[in-house]
Amino acid sequence: MSNPPTISDLRSPISQSPSSGAPVELLRFNTCGSVDDGKSTLIGRLLYDSKSLMEDQIEALERSADLTGGGQINLANLTDGLRAEREQGITIDVAYRYFATPRRKFIVADTPGHVQYTRNMVTGASTANLSIVLVDARQGVIEQSRRHTYLASLLRIPHLVIAINKMDLVDWSEQRYLEIRSEFEKFLPLLDIKDVKFIPMSALNGDNVVDPSKHTPWYVGPTLLGHLETVHIASDLNLNGFRLPVQWVNRPNNPTNKELHDFRGLSGQVASGIIKVGQKVMVLPSGHRSTVKEIWTYDGAIPEAFCPQSVTIQLAHDLDISRGDMIVGLESLPGMGTDLHAKVCWMNARPLQRGRKYFLKHTTQTVQAVVTSIDSRININNYEVQPEPSELVLNDIGEIRIKTAKPLIYDGYATNRLTGSFILIEQGTNATVAAGMLQPALEAVKPEYNDFAI
Amino acid sequence: MKSYHLDHLEYLETEAIHIMREVAAEFERPALLFSGGKDSICLLRLAEKAFRPSDIPMPFLNVETGHEFPELIEFRDRRAAELGAKLIVRTVDQAIANGTAVPAPGEISRNKLQIPVLLGAIEEFRFDCAIGGARRDEEKARAKERFFSFRDAFGQWDPKNQRPEIWNLYNGRLNPGENMRVFPLSNWTEMDVWEYIKKERLEVPNIYFSHQRECFRRGGQWLPVPPAHTDATKPDPYAGARPTAKEPIKTLVVRVRTIADMISTGMIESPANTVDDIIGEVSAARVTERGTRADDKASEAAMEDRKKAGYF
Repeated sequence: MSNPPTISDLRSPISQSPSSGAPVELLRFNTCGSVDDGKSTLIGRLLYDSKSLMEDQIEALERSADLTGGGQINLANLTDGLRAEREQGITIDVAYRYFATPRRKFIVADTPGHVQYTRNMVTGASTANLSIVLVDARQGVIEQSRRHTYLASLLRIPHLVIAINKMDLVDWSEQRYLEIRSEFEKFLPLLDIKDVKFIPMSALNGDNVVDPSKHTPWYVGPTLLGHLETVHIASDLNLNGFRLPVQWVNRPNNPTNKELHDFRGLSGQVASGIIKVGQKVMVLPSGHRSTVKEIWTYDGAIPEAFCPQSVTIQLAHDLDISRGDMIVGLESLPGMGTDLHAKVCWMNARPLQRGRKYFLKHTTQTVQAVVTSIDSRININNYEVQPEPSELVLNDIGEIRIKTAKPLIYDGYATNRLTGSFILIEQGTNATVAAGMLQPALEAVKPEYNDFAI
Repeated sequence: MKSYHLDHLEYLETEAIHIMREVAAEFERPALLFSGGKDSICLLRLAEKAFRPSDIPMPFLNVETGHEFPELIEFRDRRAAELGAKLIVRTVDQAIANGTAVPAPGEISRNKLQIPVLLGAIEEFRFDCAIGGARRDEEKARAKERFFSFRDAFGQWDPKNQRPEIWNLYNGRLNPGENMRVFPLSNWTEMDVWEYIKKERLEVPNIYFSHQRECFRRGGQWLPVPPAHTDATKPDPYAGARPTAKEPIKTLVVRVRTIADMISTGMIESPANTVDDIIGEVSAARVTERGTRADDKASEAAMEDRKKAGYF
């Protein structure tokens, strides 16, 4: 497909939804780029070329084409859902899109590139397996490219795609592609990203998005969709070190079934690792040890559970356990403490200042916290570190120290995205003002109680 | 070697269960919006999976426009009873009678009138959270919706000022009078819902399956002919929603793809008799689900406007 879409192209009556019944893998990705890099166009192109568009969506595109586009279809209008966005031609908030091919289902977070870019990108990327950083081939690496790549690495997204877009406007020059690639390769080693793929494309015309381009004989890699369908994501799950933050204690009231009189279930989503019936575990912060008696699910008891399953477990001992406690495997213990060191992304117009109190939500517990120092601010355009800034403002990334009113049971974000992350909530307004990534604890928890509970 | 791996339905399920349990743990008076439609049927199964063997720790709430398909009401009441849940029903009729809902002159759809009824029920029972079955794939304004969608004291949604949702950390903190709408199915598509119904062998109301029905053509859709008006002492609740002389009645083999009420649900011609048939139909569909909803066709921003005013 090498011409801008026409209405009749869009109507081609082919469906490529997965055939029903077969288990299909889910890939979550986000797109980032600055204004006019063509993010929304790229998503529109993926939806369009994978035949995920419907007649009424096409009709809506036609209506808005007549209204604002002088008859030209604007694929960006597929994702810009709010009236202000269509009128101003911008994207206000993270928008989620869904499409499927016979191989995978996809959840796309379209994160806008202008105002609030850091906040939105962090939001969209926090749950992603893969990030697509769009670069305009005419401009090459600009500040935003460095910024988006940094954020992808900060959030430890396992897979990165550098989409070198608008290749049609540089005459499909291999040399230009290689120049941009080597610009990236100058700073990529500073960032800890395992898997990076470069793809030359034209989202507007569809080259190398779904179908291989006839303009890039020098490029031997996959198309974007080909890569999204095949990139290996099974090992993205964290199966090391069992952690179950207790979310809800399940105690039936007056059950009619007598067997349930003593049912004491600990419900939660496995944050990492694998748990088996009969396995020894520790409950934190108490430090009591016990054994897993049963892994209860609505569909019947199961012998083992793994991240990210939602389960209800019963322990052999009747311990005092409540929401916010964590059940952990003995083979690798987490850190526990009230003095924390973290990188934060500040997301609010009111700046972060030393000495301010916030609510801190970490796994399933919310505690009071005070920011005891701001160690540094990281310039995410050139990666320079500014020590001891007076405050962090909206979209700043910095390193801070926090003291909490109750101990957190945690891991470093680098080893565990779920037990190593937190949010800060402003007291009074209840706004979510920061996303935090914990540094690893200096030592693992040393509980006072080492015996089995009585 | 054993594969520790979830397929897409298992992933969506564990995410939704996590969200349901967050609601039970963080809110004092949550409710679950249950209409009897396919999305809320999935919500009920997810609630069972989240909370059994305990009781589902929240009542079910439904807002009736007064134009419901009788099959849906029967199904709703029966499912709530089977699950041992308390079902609270509030109606547009009551709200019109006590003056909290005022119909616009000449407007026969009661879709917008559900807003004051829902907000009234939230106030009456002091609900701080309502779980709903809305999905982001339904509509463009919904695509920007959060799992935990904050509503101010007037029940309004402010799309420009939403709380960022990062990792699986949901901020449910509220000040008095504010409340939260929570959408555990945010990441589900229409296909996912039907595949889940199949996998879990969930019962759905029979109007989702092919049946014969008298319909008439209006606004590009096949609308069902409303039930006959028998009680002459009362005004016809379907006045304006009955076929005129220029709208001939045809008996068609139809089903519903998405259910609003009888005057805003377009019927689709379909021979689909089983969940498998429906899955086949959805995978070959060339129109989105909401394309059969008259309430969304009003304007490009119809859903956005209703959500800002406090809609589901």
